[in-house]
Amino acid sequence: MATTSPGALRRLQDWLPRLVLAPSFALVLVFVYGFIVWTAVLSMSTSRILPVYKWAGFDAYERLFAQPNWWMALKNLAIFGSLYIIVCIALGLFLAILLDQRIRIEGVLRPIYLYPMALSFVVTGTAWKWFLNPGMGFQNTVRGWGWESFTFDWLVRPDMAIYTVAIAGIWQASGFVMAMFLAGLRGIDSEMLKAATVDGASTFTIYRRIVIPLLRPAFLSAVIVLAHMAIKSYDLVIALTGGGPGNATELPSTFMYSYTFTRSQMAVGSASAMIMLMGIAAIMVPYLYSELREEKR
Amino acid sequence: MSAREMAIATAAGPSRLNRVVIYGLLLIFAAMYLLPLFVMLTTSFKSLDEIRGGDILALPADPTIQPWLRAWGSACIGVTCDGIKGYFWNSIKMVVPAVLISTALGALNGYVLTKWRFRGHKLVFGLMLFACFIPFQSVLIPMARVLGQLGLSNTTAGLVLVHVVYGIGFTTLFFRNYYEAFPTELIHSAQMDGAGFFTIFRRILLPSSAPIIVVCVIYQFTNIWNDFLFGVSFASGESAPMTVALNNLVASSTGVKEYNVDMAAAVIAALPTLIVYVVAGRYFMRGLMAGAVKG
Repeated sequence: MATTSPGALRRLQDWLPRLVLAPSFALVLVFVYGFIVWTAVLSMSTSRILPVYKWAGFDAYERLFAQPNWWMALKNLAIFGSLYIIVCIALGLFLAILLDQRIRIEGVLRPIYLYPMALSFVVTGTAWKWFLNPGMGFQNTVRGWGWESFTFDWLVRPDMAIYTVAIAGIWQASGFVMAMFLAGLRGIDSEMLKAATVDGASTFTIYRRIVIPLLRPAFLSAVIVLAHMAIKSYDLVIALTGGGPGNATELPSTFMYSYTFTRSQMAVGSASAMIMLMGIAAIMVPYLYSELREEKR
Repeated sequence: MSAREMAIATAAGPSRLNRVVIYGLLLIFAAMYLLPLFVMLTTSFKSLDEIRGGDILALPADPTIQPWLRAWGSACIGVTCDGIKGYFWNSIKMVVPAVLISTALGALNGYVLTKWRFRGHKLVFGLMLFACFIPFQSVLIPMARVLGQLGLSNTTAGLVLVHVVYGIGFTTLFFRNYYEAFPTELIHSAQMDGAGFFTIFRRILLPSSAPIIVVCVIYQFTNIWNDFLFGVSFASGESAPMTVALNNLVASSTGVKEYNVDMAAAVIAALPTLIVYVVAGRYFMRGLMAGAVKG
């Protein structure tokens, strides 16, 4: 250690690292944790259009769960989230396995599968809104080919619109999941696979019995990342359906925004934000905790 | 299928037919991923008459750049009809400082958290890391109040502040994981030679940090450019970023719906991140993976 420095300078040197970190940490403490507490307080107040610090207990939460709209948002999140996670993983794994078969044009294909991830959700939503437009989009084109009765009007059907959100979301994120699985596949010891082939196992069996179980960490990461993206999804719905038709594609994120900023129900909006936070925390805290613990070794 | 038959099938190796099927599937999927981009681009070069005529998958019969000019310079967003150019520059003015500041802070934080550890460093990092993943709805109302009190509502400076604050977690994560692998012996011997905190950082760590700086800058650039929630919440008027303007343009219901102009605007909004992706896709990928697979 720097024993040659004089006392005062040395003390400064000792404290300097912490001083450098302090502003960032203070920002995070105030703007993240302080603000979360602030939102929690608002969710237990009587706030409507402006913050009012009058205690109302869990009144806002009771009103929140009495809202059919909130239940709609939760139901939609369940549909969207489960489709998003399951299809992204199935598709991502499938593409990763195909790409892992010594494909000569892998360098061309991989970036094509992945580029949607670089786009803004607003761009994705705009593009798919146009493509799925029943009047002038894909439906019209197929009819033009001579299939007069072809119908794909999910975008404007209240019972089906949430599935269009899932389609656009899957289009955007599945390439990313593919890349996660591909990285996992590349990490598997090829000697082990060769041994299995020599033993006469079919390709399908090798994948089902050896490769896929070895990809467990990639599965876990994919589920966590996708679940957390699903809960936070906001821009995509706004750009694609605006939450409609009616409230057919309402999600917790859009619910929070409209109740807080346009419907002047700030306490209820805050309560919904706290529920979203709890959902994320339930997923992320155990995951991050185990990741950080593992580092100790 | 019996075990024997399976052995025979495998012994024959991947047949030619198999290869054709694999390549066929991969190419079909590639086409599906490219389709929306293709439709966006072709629509943006068509006249409205051609669009009404119908085939969304057809190439423009009579390509025109008129929609692009309108989107950039004269399309109506809200009450003003100056196109998206002002909002595009808003985004640039927001992204550049936000990326630089958050990356610089992340580098210093990562350095402290790996090479100058103190009691509780893990807790500090854990708290910063979790901050990356919170749903921002849970800080939206207080942030709006604070920005208002600071006089930063509806300003680009306000958005820079927001993006720096909520970007620090990720930038710190990038640099921490990168410096973790950096040999601590080098730091110790530099200390023996009397080098101080900043000298060590500048002379020893920074020169070998180029890859992670690129990863971090690209990640932050993409994230901040693509942000919508903060933009729409804190700067929805004249100082709105590109994504908010695009949404306002597309969602506006006054007058004739100009789909070609909408698509041109969408491509313009996508272009900066797409260019970065094409030029430095590897680094973009590394950033995504580091954000997904921690530790």
